[in-house]
Amino acid sequence: MRATAQPPAPLLFAVTLVVALFMVVPILVSVMAGLVVNYSSGLKSGLTLRWLAQVWETYGDTVAASLLIAAGSVFATVVLGVPCAYMLARNRSRAARAFEEVLTLPVAVPGLATALALILVYGQMASFRQSFAFILVGHIVFTLPFMVRTVSAAFERGDLVALEEAARTLGASFPQRFLGVLVPAVFPAIVAGCLMVFTLSIGEFNLTWMLRTPLTRTLPVGLADSYASMRIEVGSAYTLVFLAVVLPALWALQTLAAAMQKRYGT
Amino acid sequence: MALPGEKGWATYFVVLTDARYAESMVNTLLLSLAVTAVTLVLGGAVGVYLARRRFAGRRLLLAVLTLPLSFPGVIVGFFVILLGGRQGLVPSIGASLGLSGLTFAYGLLGLFLAYVYFSLPRAIATYTAAAEAMDVQLEEAARALGASRLRITRDVWLPQLAPTAVATGAILFATAMGAFGTAFTLASQYEVVPITIYNEFTNYANFALAASLSIALGLVTWAVLFAARVTVGAAGTA
Repeated sequence: MRATAQPPAPLLFAVTLVVALFMVVPILVSVMAGLVVNYSSGLKSGLTLRWLAQVWETYGDTVAASLLIAAGSVFATVVLGVPCAYMLARNRSRAARAFEEVLTLPVAVPGLATALALILVYGQMASFRQSFAFILVGHIVFTLPFMVRTVSAAFERGDLVALEEAARTLGASFPQRFLGVLVPAVFPAIVAGCLMVFTLSIGEFNLTWMLRTPLTRTLPVGLADSYASMRIEVGSAYTLVFLAVVLPALWALQTLAAAMQKRYGT
Repeated sequence: MALPGEKGWATYFVVLTDARYAESMVNTLLLSLAVTAVTLVLGGAVGVYLARRRFAGRRLLLAVLTLPLSFPGVIVGFFVILLGGRQGLVPSIGASLGLSGLTFAYGLLGLFLAYVYFSLPRAIATYTAAAEAMDVQLEEAARALGASRLRITRDVWLPQLAPTAVATGAILFATAMGAFGTAFTLASQYEVVPITIYNEFTNYANFALAASLSIALGLVTWAVLFAARVTVGAAGTA
């Protein structure tokens, strides 16, 4: 804590207050609306868990689907992304640079376009198109660049090159060097990448809305469906379910990331 | 694999030749630019305040303000309906005060507010981190020399926050250009390109047009980001 006197900043204070209200009020209204008997008469109508039960019955399967797809995306981006990041960080050729540019494309290209491309290319393969694997592939295409860029930046640190050289002169084979020296050294970056991939995947809608089928739905897809076709209380209760699923998961991952940063960070 | 190519290259230019698509593109571009500008200013003010002030509940407030980072656009659209929709908070408070016609969720204002809501947490998170790393001594020196608040903002804060603003602005702009969930939930009367693409694809099965509009959207986004990079680069060396 700083001991110097803080000069008044009324304008900044006012802006912060207005922004905070703008961000917080809808969350509170939504939580309230999901728990009251009747939204238009407000808290007077009493509290109920009826809407939550209805959400669980209609959309309960989307929770597991979203968590599994997010976990699958994290797993796949680590397995594919970490070696790829290493290659890009060490290879100075023009082809590697060009590949790096291509990898960042899904960040700039709108999700809808990626979804369109996937449907146009693989749409005919019915069993793939109708399975959750199709959505998983979409999420991996979308999230992989984030993992690669985060980890690649960590691999480029100068002292890592020296460490790797030292391990090699001591006779360590490539698998030993990679798993024993390099991966532990960039572990905080991998965890940060996992956190980002998980957050992006669990909230992904733009791609998923195009890739979904009536039988393959994720949380955000179910949310959009409930907003369009259900009472406002059900939509709010579903939003509450989303918060109840996402917040503990993110909190756990963030705590893990902070612990990793403390243990391995520089 | 069945790629639709009967109409050939002409499909790529509809966004220029067809007034409806051109209008949709201009709408999206103007909305995204306005959202980026407003978010950068508001987020900057909040970020500086949160970084420089120490008060009870500061960490909690920062956590709450960055929490919506994990919300999909559909939830943000729903929030705006809760605020300004037919049964929304603002219209019902207005009605009890005898004011009518305060429903704003389904027009341009609703879309604008939803995009700003979606963008603010990203801006606040990066600005707070950047402002915490700012050199406090510069500001104290300026104050000791009698600089006004306006001059401190202009000559001390802005130069230090400019790189963050440029980087964040680029991400916010690209996200706003491609945002689909928010506009989809609001079923807005103001049509943005992602909604046009979705309609062409789903309702009219016009795959070629949907694909060419996606490419046009990507190109426009890239062109604006490129122009911004060049301008900033030129200003930085001047």
